[in-house]
Amino acid sequence: MKTEKILGRSLAAMLAGVCLASYAPSARAEVDFAGKTVEFVIPFAESGGSARWANFFAPLLSEALPGNPTVVVRYRPGGGSTTGANWFQRQTTDDGTLIFGPSGSTQFPYLLDDPRVQYEYDDWQVVLASGVGGVAYLPPELGAKFDGDADDLKGIEFIWGAQGATGLDLVPNLAWKMLGMNVQPVFGVEGRGAGRLMFERGEANIDYQTSPAYLKSVVPMVEAGRAVPMMSWGALDDEGNIVRDPSFPEIPTFKEVCEATEGCETSGVAWDAWKAFFISGFAAQKMVFLPKTASAEVVAAYEKAFKDIIARPDFAELSESTLGAYPQMTGKGAEKAKVMATKVPAEAKAFVIKWLQDDYGVSLK
Amino acid sequence: MDLFATALPALGEALALICQPAQLGFLCLGVLLGLSVGVFPGLGGIAGLSLVLPFMFGMDPVSGLALMVGLVAVVPTSDTFASVLLGIPGSSASQATVLDGFPLAKKGEAARALSAAFVSSLFGGLLGACVLTVFILIARPLILAFGLPEMLMITLLGLSMVAILAGRLPLKGVVAACFGLMVGTIGEAGPGGSLRMATYDLPYLADGFSLVIVGLGIFAIPEIVALLRQDQAISKSGGLGKGWLDGVRDWYANIWLSVRSSIIGVIVGVIPGLGGAVVDWIAYGMTVQFAKDKSRFGQGDIRGVIGPESSNNAKEGGGLVPTLIFGIPGSGSMAVFLGGLALLGYDAGPHMVRYELDLTYTIVWSLALANVLGAGLCILMSGPIARMTTIRFTLVAPFLFMVIAFAAFQSRQSLGDLAALMGIGIIGILLRRFDWSRPAFLIGFVLSHQAENFANMANQIAGAKFRQGFLIGLEYIGSPIVIGIFVLTIVSVVLGIRQSRAMMGDTEAPTGSKRAPLIFLLCVTAYLAISVINASTISLVSDKIFPITVGLVGLLGCSALLIRMRLASERDAIFADFERGGEDGSAPHGLWWTLAWFAFLLVLASLVGFVAALTVFFLAFLRIRAGLSWPRAILLSVIAIASMCALGGILGRDFPAGLLQSTVALPWPLT
Repeated sequence: MKTEKILGRSLAAMLAGVCLASYAPSARAEVDFAGKTVEFVIPFAESGGSARWANFFAPLLSEALPGNPTVVVRYRPGGGSTTGANWFQRQTTDDGTLIFGPSGSTQFPYLLDDPRVQYEYDDWQVVLASGVGGVAYLPPELGAKFDGDADDLKGIEFIWGAQGATGLDLVPNLAWKMLGMNVQPVFGVEGRGAGRLMFERGEANIDYQTSPAYLKSVVPMVEAGRAVPMMSWGALDDEGNIVRDPSFPEIPTFKEVCEATEGCETSGVAWDAWKAFFISGFAAQKMVFLPKTASAEVVAAYEKAFKDIIARPDFAELSESTLGAYPQMTGKGAEKAKVMATKVPAEAKAFVIKWLQDDYGVSLK
Repeated sequence: MDLFATALPALGEALALICQPAQLGFLCLGVLLGLSVGVFPGLGGIAGLSLVLPFMFGMDPVSGLALMVGLVAVVPTSDTFASVLLGIPGSSASQATVLDGFPLAKKGEAARALSAAFVSSLFGGLLGACVLTVFILIARPLILAFGLPEMLMITLLGLSMVAILAGRLPLKGVVAACFGLMVGTIGEAGPGGSLRMATYDLPYLADGFSLVIVGLGIFAIPEIVALLRQDQAISKSGGLGKGWLDGVRDWYANIWLSVRSSIIGVIVGVIPGLGGAVVDWIAYGMTVQFAKDKSRFGQGDIRGVIGPESSNNAKEGGGLVPTLIFGIPGSGSMAVFLGGLALLGYDAGPHMVRYELDLTYTIVWSLALANVLGAGLCILMSGPIARMTTIRFTLVAPFLFMVIAFAAFQSRQSLGDLAALMGIGIIGILLRRFDWSRPAFLIGFVLSHQAENFANMANQIAGAKFRQGFLIGLEYIGSPIVIGIFVLTIVSVVLGIRQSRAMMGDTEAPTGSKRAPLIFLLCVTAYLAISVINASTISLVSDKIFPITVGLVGLLGCSALLIRMRLASERDAIFADFERGGEDGSAPHGLWWTLAWFAFLLVLASLVGFVAALTVFFLAFLRIRAGLSWPRAILLSVIAIASMCALGGILGRDFPAGLLQSTVALPWPLT
């Protein structure tokens, strides 16, 4: 497979050389992946949500790209996904046979100046951005005290199973803090599923799940009267405003709850920080990148391929169990999502870094 | 009655689904794939599943399911080959099998050990499926009864197996376990992410060592090096004594042991979050404790194979329960399995067991059927494959070095993997030489992360519960299950210490001068002390309390050992040194020169890349060390390189690249 790739690459280079020599300002060559193998690298192990996402897109991408290349998913885990991202930064593949699929776990260290980060999002060319939502929920007896604002929840000692202070669970932690709730995160839980189990066992009395997991595992609990939804993190509209999550139109967003709660502001540095990390961790959680060396034609071919995939009549049905009913952004939309997910105002960043240090004693040095 | 009313028709439908020819075909395909991936140490179910994952999408769901289940089911069966024949723990599921399986192979009874292991696997898998059929309907409340304190207690029960595996001196076993626990804490701490004995300048260390590398380093490398020094076949007699029928008879004679171990496997497998790492050790420990005559354990007692092997396939079935009921994977391969299910359009979770019971039963019974197929094939193959133990080992060793290096490299695909393998291999060699319990070290390493995490989290929650009220807190930490397992742990420790001497029989360890064992002990002491000092500089209490506690216990043990060394004579068992007598002492080849061959391969790989290094290594080794003629050396080298390239190509895995590759672009497979 690799021999072919390299053979193809050298052939392409030779051809390019010949073209340049003979008639340099020729028309843009059509990109054709026939007979090639595209490596879809994700910086995670085989067993995570990103693997599921990548394996979902790989065969569709193979059908949609010109020449129907073989698309294989490769795993480069380590360092909380920074190892794989650092590796990708060093790659100079220009013919589109390498794409990279990091997630919010890769964006957070970048935003928080983690010393392991040697990658630069500005260098990468985005061709797809996928979002996800999340819903927080309470046990029924505490849910009864919740009436759209968190004022009556302030005296209660909450416990929830969190994965780590600096990962995606940062978003709910900050939300609860802004609402003035006393939530004590128990760090070290392996995966959100294990956190949900802690809730079911009564060891935790608040939790959140990403939308697919909520629909699958928490909705049955809600129906059985063992859980009550509290709020969703919301979704982004085209102008970048937070609106109700399309999957849960009946559940208020954190923004609404915050507005109704005394002492919680939807403006100012805390809110800016929450929103920035929410976008990075949820609304634009997973993206597909080409290296900066990839040519404009290759980028265009990928953009078209992803557009075609999303436009498939059966896409909604196919993606429901794997990705949830969320907008998949391409072209300009993906570009915008990338900027929002990887740029945080300096004060907001400083606020988060100080808060992590003050409340959890965690520093990224 | 209600239960049966829903379960029976679903069971019928499931059987009808499974027994269609196409489904059976895919199941067989999965079994064959699983067997071929599973025989390679370090490549478990995850590697196999990721191989078929790309084809899942758009496949007929029941066929796809059959393919995946067939694959998952047989990996813990086929990894037994490496454990028994070569002393290499094929995966975490068969670590304990090495302890008695490999000595049996050395005695020339490989076929017997293998077939006993496979029958046990088969039986464990079937019993697991039977239990699951009923249990999956009522498991939910039971699983929810296992909170963090309960899981912590099970982890401690696993650790208590150190007592029985401690070797001649219990204290040495305790220190070895602390050593393992401490090595397990290297890297980023689970709770707060503080670095322990690592820096971000060496990103490799920050992730900690992987189980595959530690398993290979602690068991495989010392055994391979020791065998290679003898320049004989693995089977000392050079032939095969008892055959595979004897193994089946052995299993039948110990059927109750098999039943008991299978039940342990199902129970531990059912609890989410524990993973399979403890199961085989608990089963092995219990096997030894319940046995009347313990003198042969560790030197080739067939019961030491039957116990853990019965449990590890039953565990695979048990692991399905949390995976299907809660959608929470019980292990890494189960996580990939769930991903595959999603691609087929199924979502595991509470509704699956409730509304798609036929599908659930299809999974459970496909697993059982795959077990029968897989184990059956393995039994048939065990006779011929056991002949491998009669080949001159010097010809087998380079292949093993190749496979081990490749397997280790899969853990993080960096040269650090090879360096770590070498480093831990040296620790393994020294532990073996000075008669420190390697199982104790490995148990400590395996359980380190769980023990720390569960202890921290349970402590935090217990604190909150006690603030709500004393009784609420007490109820949380003192549930009947916690107390039950606690009692079991105490009994296991007491019995273990009392019995571990009996396990060693009458064999005396050779002793020599005081110096070498003393230096090794001092090195271990220094490592523990430095780790404690390093941990005490961490500001987060949650990240430092565990290494400090473990380190202090270990240091206490070290001081006691040092005092005893001061007082004891040179002939005391504390100064055991296998270089001073016995087989190792009289081996025709030196320890370090033999190890240097492996180091040569690794260093060369880091310079010119793996495949080029292999070529040079094979030719040099076969010509110089094995003394083959050039044509034969070349022939074997070509076979080796070709099979390596085929394996890497099919699995889509990269080979380690060296300095050369970072300067010049080379065609595959030299990349």
